[in-house]
Amino acid sequence: MAQAEFGHDRIESTPPDEQQNTRPNAVSRFLSKIFEHVMNAFELIFGPIQRVIGIRNMAYVFVVPNLLVFAVFVLLPMILNFYYAFTGGTRIFPADRTFVGTENFELLFDCGNYLQPNTCTEDIFWRAIYNTIFFVTFQVTGMVVLSLITALILNRKIKWRGFFRSVFFYPVLLSPIVVGLIWRWLLDRDGLLNAALIGFGVEPITFLSEVNWARFWIVFVSIWAQMGFYTLILLAGLQAIPKELYEAGEIDGTNNWHAFRFITLPLLMPTMFVVIILALIRAVQVFDQVFVLTGGGPGSATRYMVQYIYETGFAGSTRIFGLAAAASVVLGITLFILTMLQLYVGRRNEAT
Amino acid sequence: MIARYLTRTQGNQGPALADVLTYAYLAFGTLIMFGPIVWLLFSSFKTESALDRFPNRLLPYSQVMVQVEGRDEPLPLYEVIMEDGTVKQLVQFGRPMGNQARMIDPSNPEAFIDVDIDRRRPINEVSFAWRNYTEPLTQFNFLRYFSNSLFVTIVATFITLTINSMAAFALSKYRFPGRDVIFIIIIATLMIPISVILVPAFLVITELNMNNSLWGVIIPGAATPTGVFLLRQYMLTIPDELIDSARIDGATEWRIYWQIILPLARPALAVLAIFSVMWRWNDFLWPLIVLSENEVFTLQIGLNSFRGQHDTQWHYILAMTVLTLLPITVVFAFLQRFITTGIATTGMK
Repeated sequence: MAQAEFGHDRIESTPPDEQQNTRPNAVSRFLSKIFEHVMNAFELIFGPIQRVIGIRNMAYVFVVPNLLVFAVFVLLPMILNFYYAFTGGTRIFPADRTFVGTENFELLFDCGNYLQPNTCTEDIFWRAIYNTIFFVTFQVTGMVVLSLITALILNRKIKWRGFFRSVFFYPVLLSPIVVGLIWRWLLDRDGLLNAALIGFGVEPITFLSEVNWARFWIVFVSIWAQMGFYTLILLAGLQAIPKELYEAGEIDGTNNWHAFRFITLPLLMPTMFVVIILALIRAVQVFDQVFVLTGGGPGSATRYMVQYIYETGFAGSTRIFGLAAAASVVLGITLFILTMLQLYVGRRNEAT
Repeated sequence: MIARYLTRTQGNQGPALADVLTYAYLAFGTLIMFGPIVWLLFSSFKTESALDRFPNRLLPYSQVMVQVEGRDEPLPLYEVIMEDGTVKQLVQFGRPMGNQARMIDPSNPEAFIDVDIDRRRPINEVSFAWRNYTEPLTQFNFLRYFSNSLFVTIVATFITLTINSMAAFALSKYRFPGRDVIFIIIIATLMIPISVILVPAFLVITELNMNNSLWGVIIPGAATPTGVFLLRQYMLTIPDELIDSARIDGATEWRIYWQIILPLARPALAVLAIFSVMWRWNDFLWPLIVLSENEVFTLQIGLNSFRGQHDTQWHYILAMTVLTLLPITVVFAFLQRFITTGIATTGMK
């Protein structure tokens, strides 16, 4: 996230009194009493520490809890992941594993022709890669376009804006499992959608067992579930554009298309970049909804990268941790490049 | 036209057509976004046979059952066109034999009437099949899963807020050797999700004996780079003079942290709290790997395994899905404005 996106002036626009309004006073007073007592109790630990090590070094005391968790559960696994990627066998404890060099990577990249998964030894991996590329392309494009349209519409003078904003946002709150189940129910052979098709005199379609339909619905459902979030970000970006610019444009006789093209779009660009990058990073990791909706099928038409890692490392009868780790290294590098891209773009926006 | 319509901005008074299109879009959007959930809600109250009915109806209809004297079970009620053209309401006794159904007039339970099956039509009424909810609750241990999820969400959010805000305080208000290195490492991992380090993270959990423990779900995700980053950026805006004058008054660093920094960082803390609750309540992949015993399942994992066991019993699955989405919906209904503005202003997830 670019620093510029975090302007404190924007955070402060959060209504600060909302919390107090929704909570009875007695409860909040009770809670703050408890908070005070707990914090005072900690003073008994931190006070003496400060007397021993001095004010300057207290900084370390404050970072340690977070850093400890971070080191043990994020950094250490990241390093271990490389170790796994270069070792073989099915044992989980590092000491039991044998060093195999780049064998796992060679297996993953052993292909006659990279464009044809059938010629690869680990063809599922390559199918997963191509599926993921396909998914990311369509999902991110579709989502950005639809969220932009929705944000532009919500930004118009409309009645019940709060209501419509909530309507578009609500699916964001639903868990991927719930989303997957709702849509499986709708797309079922005897589901609502097929009932509608029959009503129009069309033959029912088994949506989730036909390759192209399954891929389409995975993209559709994931846009459905996440769109509201990006709409909100874009809406905030739109509302940050000064109205004077449009008024000035009107005086100069600018038409609507020009106002959009030369005022809205350029000023919305930084927000758009954030949205695109966030959406990209999430799309690359697509897993849980698909897991419920199609389970990766039909065949492996909707099997994506994370599912490949999960199934190779955890779900199969033999747990091939090395191969899974090698695949996550590939995924990790992809995400790292995307993150760097975001930081780079953020920097550039900040500079201008 | 579309381009022109979309480019209209707030405050312009334009042709009515633009407004018509706006509301048409919003209405269509509402149908697409909300329709599936409403459909789920209604479907969850349908009996198994009503669900099988195709094409489907929106409201949960089921056949009226009548208790007839001398029979133990209630019998299904039909509307029958009699030979002489009159219409009577009769109940059916047993299954039809061939194309003849044996019917009974409820007012005269002794006499059987044989009727052609094409001449009868079931009488339906709207009724809610609460059994969908009550019956599976023995296998779908909703309360247990719910309390596990609640525990994970609350404790994890609390820990996340505490340790992230402490770290953010140190990173924003102190100069110390190593500060920049720590910050860069945190930034660099901002976008590395747990799915990338699944295998070794699982090993660490196993080594620490946290398999099948809710703590194994809670702790690893607590040191969120997102949270540290978000809070640090916010705390940078708190003036240093406040801290300096507190120090002159003899306040300890800990007191400065909880009596000055935390209250001033409340908006950012609230946003992080909302994110954390959403992440934790809906988290799936990591709990799926850590938890394998039914006792410790969270709501999402419980629903997933329930789905596995009852693959075809949709009337149960739908009801349990509704139960799962209920809590977050209630929370959203109360804090709706707060949540949407909070997310819009930070743009983080």
